[in-house]
Amino acid sequence: MASSRYIPDRGLTMRMGLTIFLLGLLYVVLMGVIFYLVGDVILALVISVVVLWAQWYFSDRVALFAMHGRVVSPAEAPELHAIVDRLCALANMPKPQVGIADTDVPNAFATGRSPKRAVVCATTGLMRRLDARELEGVLSHELSHVAHRDVTVMTVASFVGVLAGFLTRIALFGGAGRRRGNDNSAMVFIIVLLVSVVVYALSFLLIRALSRYRELSADRAGALLTGQPSALASALVRITGEIGRIPTRDLREVEPYNAFFFAPAIADGFSLSSLFSTHPPLERRLAQLNRISAQLGTAG
Amino acid sequence: MGFLDSLFGRSKPAQPDLDQLFAIPSAAITLESAAGFAPTGLGSVCFRAAEGGAFAQVQAEVQALLDADDGPRVEASVDSYGFTWLLCPHVPSVLADLVTDLHAVNSTLADHGFGPALLCSIVGFRRADGRRLGLVYLYKRGTFYPFAPLADQRRDNALELQIRGLLANDLKVEPDLSRWFPVWGAPGL
Repeated sequence: MASSRYIPDRGLTMRMGLTIFLLGLLYVVLMGVIFYLVGDVILALVISVVVLWAQWYFSDRVALFAMHGRVVSPAEAPELHAIVDRLCALANMPKPQVGIADTDVPNAFATGRSPKRAVVCATTGLMRRLDARELEGVLSHELSHVAHRDVTVMTVASFVGVLAGFLTRIALFGGAGRRRGNDNSAMVFIIVLLVSVVVYALSFLLIRALSRYRELSADRAGALLTGQPSALASALVRITGEIGRIPTRDLREVEPYNAFFFAPAIADGFSLSSLFSTHPPLERRLAQLNRISAQLGTAG
Repeated sequence: MGFLDSLFGRSKPAQPDLDQLFAIPSAAITLESAAGFAPTGLGSVCFRAAEGGAFAQVQAEVQALLDADDGPRVEASVDSYGFTWLLCPHVPSVLADLVTDLHAVNSTLADHGFGPALLCSIVGFRRADGRRLGLVYLYKRGTFYPFAPLADQRRDNALELQIRGLLANDLKVEPDLSRWFPVWGAPGL
């Protein structure tokens, strides 16, 4: 019988599980508070659900539009298509649409609500700087995001944050206009306000943590797919090195889309940054790729 | 991939289906009688070599195994996308031997845990007028598709679709046309 070289990383799975659990817990706490305020909040809830749903449903088009990317045909970009074709055949996944964004910032992203409706997009700057093996490593990382349905998972996760944001706003503006003059409702209002702020702050940190774990997962799956963790590592080093050398004005334009990216566009300057960043530090990603390389290299 | 695997981001590498390859000899008979395409005796296996010593060792083992008989030697080459092709030349009349060789490559790789590295296999066919046709086997899907290259990196889609109709009864043809990716200049075509 065929043996398998796939070694599950239990630590990573557990940490991710904990993050998701804590997010869920926050959601439950928040729901409890919402029961105190029926009325406007329901409307806000409906709006936030609709907004998030639209963001998720149209994620492929939204991201392409925001990044000035366009979908290219196999005739336009035969090399890029050939790499994606082969990776999809290796991974047994449907082929996503392939896009190119005309910017010199070297990066790549993948979005879309499901593996069947996904777009993988590389920038011209990325294709100019990387060789074929490194480009393949980056694309396998992006395809792993698609396979893991990261857009869906992150949208659901950010739901809590959006919900808390709405609540805070409603508690601030809605509460001031209502003037019930009742001590009890004022008390409830303050509690809701405080809870929303705290929930929002916590969910923000947790979502960032979740995003970092999912980056590591995508690195891992991508490296195992191609069997070339070192090519991915070299692409990472090269991209982060190049990114550091590019003037930051260009980069700030793309900053809101950081979460979709292969490597974050802005290098963080202070030590707290590790808590807030969407991507794990470079050393951590390289260390993981090193381990995978060692596992692949041992006879077995 | 299951719900939990998505949630935890732990996709497992896809394992290959090795058994469908044995449908090739009967499909070849159909191809020859109905479309005039005869086997060239060339077949190849394409895989993504993993970095490190373990894979190199397995690949050397595979080549030694196939070269153990008296026939022509196996040729290994790496294409521009970094995929390795092992070309196994054989006598065209005995297609079953070629399939056995291809299967030996697959099963050795799979036995050592490199099954997910297998991409595809190609068995070459040719018509009297010189037209070439490759029957491509997708390991992860367990399906085949015809690939008919023309000059200048174009492909004869009409011929491919015609072949699809012919072979529907002999082997599993890949139903999703977007997975019929081109393999220009592949050894064995």
